[in-house]
Amino acid sequence: MLEALQKIWGWLPALLESTAITLELTAASVTTAIFLGVFLALGKLSKKRVIRSLSSAYVFFFRGTPLLLQLFFIYYTVQKMLQGVAVSITDNPGLQGWFWDGFANALNNSPLNNRFFAAYFAFSLNIAAYLAEIIRAAIQSIPKGQMEAARSLGLTYGQGMRLIVIPQAYRRMVPPVCNEFVMVLKDTSLVSIISLMDLTYQTRQISTLRESQLVYIPAMLIYLVLSAFFTIIFNKIEKKLAEHE
Amino acid sequence: MVMVQTESLFKSFGALHVLQDINVTVQQGEVICIIGPSGAGKSTFLRSLNQLETIDSGKILIEEQLLLHRESNATVERASKEDYKRLLLQMGMVFQSFNLFLHKTVLQNITLAPIQVKKISKEQAEETARNLLDKVGLAEKADEYPSRLSGGQQQRVAIARALSMEPKIMLFDEPTSALDPELVGGVLAVMKQLASEGMTMLVVSHEMGFAREVADRVLFMADGIVAEDGPPEEIFTNPQNPRTRQFLNSVLPQ
Ligand SMILES: Nc1ncnc2c1ncn2[C@@H]1O[C@H](COP(=O)(O)OP(=O)(O)OP(=O)(O)O)[C@@H](O)[C@H]1O
Ligand SMILES: [Mg+2]
Repeated sequence: MLEALQKIWGWLPALLESTAITLELTAASVTTAIFLGVFLALGKLSKKRVIRSLSSAYVFFFRGTPLLLQLFFIYYTVQKMLQGVAVSITDNPGLQGWFWDGFANALNNSPLNNRFFAAYFAFSLNIAAYLAEIIRAAIQSIPKGQMEAARSLGLTYGQGMRLIVIPQAYRRMVPPVCNEFVMVLKDTSLVSIISLMDLTYQTRQISTLRESQLVYIPAMLIYLVLSAFFTIIFNKIEKKLAEHE
Repeated sequence: MVMVQTESLFKSFGALHVLQDINVTVQQGEVICIIGPSGAGKSTFLRSLNQLETIDSGKILIEEQLLLHRESNATVERASKEDYKRLLLQMGMVFQSFNLFLHKTVLQNITLAPIQVKKISKEQAEETARNLLDKVGLAEKADEYPSRLSGGQQQRVAIARALSMEPKIMLFDEPTSALDPELVGGVLAVMKQLASEGMTMLVVSHEMGFAREVADRVLFMADGIVAEDGPPEEIFTNPQNPRTRQFLNSVLPQ
């Protein structure tokens, strides 16, 4: 028993280090996804049919396919496609010179080669699709009269959204967005499959290298503590916001 | 000067013809009361004027300048971008449900549009706002949030907010219908004062007392047309149209 605890204690630094990756990935993706999600939500509510269809298609695609495949697609396929384009540029005698060299170089060394960036990219795009629905619902829950009053005072549609509707919708978005954050925190464990050194990957490494299955216990505890921590923080924020209603 | 003129306004929602050939002329300083049964198209008419609804066809002129001319759902002609904006801003609107911005204080509600649209300085906008609040008798409520005001107070703030853009025409869509009876008087008093200051007003309202006392003309709308148009005493005491008579019988206390 004591031996087991000592083992776990010894793994802790490595586990915590990779926990930082998990947290960074979650925070960065959710933050980016909120901005993307606002635009997608506005797109879904747009009067222009093309914009509406494009936004809907985006949401449909990212919610209708597995996140893991999206991650693979971005990390492997898109990267390969960019490199393929780079090769065809280099091989084409018509496309020489510093500009094309630089362009091919950029494609070869795109940020997608970086595991963290590829994961961040895939997660942001995916979460945005889910947040778009949440944000759209929040915007639509604001009575129409608010925008009409804004318009009747000479504000543009954009100003009405930015100054009147979205600030009011924002309070209604906070609970579901926080919920999403806690879900994403756990979903990021998928990135271990592309060997990004997150908490799950680190756990598997330790379990294979040290031939010990004990490591899953502290790993799950860390996830659990983080989920609890954020749930408590977010509940506090929700209470604060409710006070100002 | 003719402040508002409409020529053959038509508007339908799907198969429902809500406005059918509306021709109305409003002179400067006139107070017009619009009455009529539910579904007559009164709100749609007001909302078509300030472009909250888009007409199918017809012409709208503000201050004798063409705002918009449409035929079979397509714009034929429209004022230049600046004129269009300017003409729209000649109209202020007050809604049945107040529609105050709930996340802003009373003062912010009134200063928002002058600051954002007219690019007036915050200090100047606040000074104007306080004067307007004084005028509607709510000077002490400047820093309250709308949810802490009574309906009547909210509606008076909404009037001040509309006035902050210095419109020359005020559109009121049943401004007192959502109010408890004891709160109606305060709002009507503000409207009467506006009328006495020479504001051009189009008021959809079933406050017959207000219509009798303040209106220069009463329009009776039914089924998307203006069925009768005349001075209040004529409409109320000697209506020509049988539908007007029937409507008045149903709303006026005998
Ligand atoms: N956005 C809309 N979509 C579909 N139908 C509408 C819409 N707005 C109004 N209508 C319909 O148009 C008709 C006229 O509506 P409007 O609100 O102009 O009537 P009103 O004279 O103001 O009636 P009330 O006294 O009830 O306010 C009604 O039958 C209404 O249901
Ligand atoms: Mg109405």
